[in-house]
Amino acid sequence: MTNALLAAPILVPLAAGALSIVVRRLVIQRTVSFVALGIALAAAVMTLVRAVSPGDIQVSRLGGWPAPIAITLVADRMAAILVAVALVVVTIVLVFAIGQRASDEHSWFYHPTYMVIVAAISQSFLAGDLFNLFVAFEIMLMASYVLLTLEGKDEQIKAGTTYVVLNVLESLVLLMAIGLIFAATGTVSMAELPERLAALPGPVATGLQLLLLVAFGMKAAVFPLFFWLPDAYPTAPSSVTAVFAGLLTKVGVYCIMRTQTLLFPDALNDLVLWVGAATMLIGVLGAISHYDMKRLLSFHIVSQIGYMVFGVGVGGAAALAATLLYLVHQIPVKTALFLVEGIMERDSGSSSFDDVGGLARRSPLFAVLFMLPALSLAGIPPFSGFVAKFLLVRSGVDAGHYVVVGVALLVSALTLTSMVKIWVNAFWGEVEPASRAAMRGVLRHHPTMAAATVALVAVTLVIAAVSGPLYDFSLDAAREMTTPATYIDAVRSAP
Amino acid sequence: MSVSIIVLVGVLFAVGTFLIMERSLTRIALGVGVLGNGVNLLIVAAGSAPGDAPIIGRAGDPTDPLPQALVLTAIVIGFGLVSFILALAWRSWTITDDDEVEDDLEDRLVARRGDSRTKSGDAPHREDVS
Repeated sequence: MTNALLAAPILVPLAAGALSIVVRRLVIQRTVSFVALGIALAAAVMTLVRAVSPGDIQVSRLGGWPAPIAITLVADRMAAILVAVALVVVTIVLVFAIGQRASDEHSWFYHPTYMVIVAAISQSFLAGDLFNLFVAFEIMLMASYVLLTLEGKDEQIKAGTTYVVLNVLESLVLLMAIGLIFAATGTVSMAELPERLAALPGPVATGLQLLLLVAFGMKAAVFPLFFWLPDAYPTAPSSVTAVFAGLLTKVGVYCIMRTQTLLFPDALNDLVLWVGAATMLIGVLGAISHYDMKRLLSFHIVSQIGYMVFGVGVGGAAALAATLLYLVHQIPVKTALFLVEGIMERDSGSSSFDDVGGLARRSPLFAVLFMLPALSLAGIPPFSGFVAKFLLVRSGVDAGHYVVVGVALLVSALTLTSMVKIWVNAFWGEVEPASRAAMRGVLRHHPTMAAATVALVAVTLVIAAVSGPLYDFSLDAAREMTTPATYIDAVRSAP
Repeated sequence: MSVSIIVLVGVLFAVGTFLIMERSLTRIALGVGVLGNGVNLLIVAAGSAPGDAPIIGRAGDPTDPLPQALVLTAIVIGFGLVSFILALAWRSWTITDDDEVEDDLEDRLVARRGDSRTKSGDAPHREDVS
């Protein structure tokens, strides 16, 4: 039973993708995609329920092979909740993509590629050994290359080139790290590695850890490895950027969390801490200096990643719980902002502040749809961002990292500033001539996109509403992380 | 482990790094291929001692099959990546007649823009910079 539950979020979308390649009729492709996402989501939710109670770590060895041969999938509390949140978000974004009525969703390889990226995201959260993680990364990246350059436009090819080359480089670093870790320890299983890595001489272990951190840091877009992201993401269609923004970088953060808790507990935490501080500051400064909403939000991805990396760097159960909560809140909030941007772009034909304005007068509800996730991103109570940021800052103060906490608070204010900038330029002011020619109501003319965005904003509000129980859950998850022995024992004793 | 393989890995890394620094996408694709082979060779060289073919039921002293399985997977992935980069280069060539990797347009805009930009000001527009 556990077997099927853990494998479903990976195998079902993959199978659906394969089917969609064969069947190229759009109606069938859509049906297949939604059925697959439904099954995957149901399995993920059941996994999450079992992670809440009885709360043991679920392990599955695919194909029933014995321990060192089988591909092991592991769902502890952290992985379980992330897979569930990710699948909710990708399902909503698919609805949005269909509503977008753009050429990209109509090309026959959109659905297969989308299903593959969903499978890879699930796999990277559930992978129980480093090499499977690498494979999941590669599948994810390959699908993302295709989605990014889907329309084959000039600017997409240009930005896609940078993205592809840098990510290939990152893959090579990761592969090298895994190869050397295998050479040093003789295993790639995440359950066997902690003990063997601890037995290595200090400098060797540090070198391996740095290699892993560089690879994952590039994926997560931390300072100074973030520069590819704001160039590449804005060129893709909004529905694609939304998935990238919400999930791909977060997979990198998840891997950094695993590295810092399971593989190399608390080693180099200070480095991670300061990298986090630099990431949030540089990201938000980039966001303030830009004049195009998609670019501005892309820099915010970087900035928000900084908060999570900062949480990992603080270390300890409280900070890790706050980081996980931040991760869970950030996935839907970030995606929702990009969906709002997508509607705006669809409506006015541009995401630059030169071409939009007066949206609040045209559609107050649309303005509210932007305002809720924007305030949440900036960390204004009572939204989910406030809860997550407050817990993160409190854990930083408790650990005595006052300077970094100061940076975090400053960045929070700057985040609000840049959200106000979007608000003033796009939602207030004169209705631009370009959009006056367009329809008057924004939401009424894009009902499917609007419904998807409303649903996602509702998800962010739900996260704020249940943040109490969610924090308790995160705390349990963090305790699991800070005692790697639970993870190791669970995997070893699995049938 | 033979020293010559280690030297070869070093050479592949050097050549690959050099090629990746080029502006032409075709050369970058070659660089990715060379670098990828360097990493693969590194894994085989560092991964396990040489031995007999690791087939269940065969006699002898089998080598560890895991690094070979890893490298096989990595080779397939690398092949896919290089093909995709070549496809990108081809697409870029059909659009612009070259496969140069250019600086980002928006970066150049931001660099040129003063800090006093206003919405109606005479700041550079996209069209001016291309």
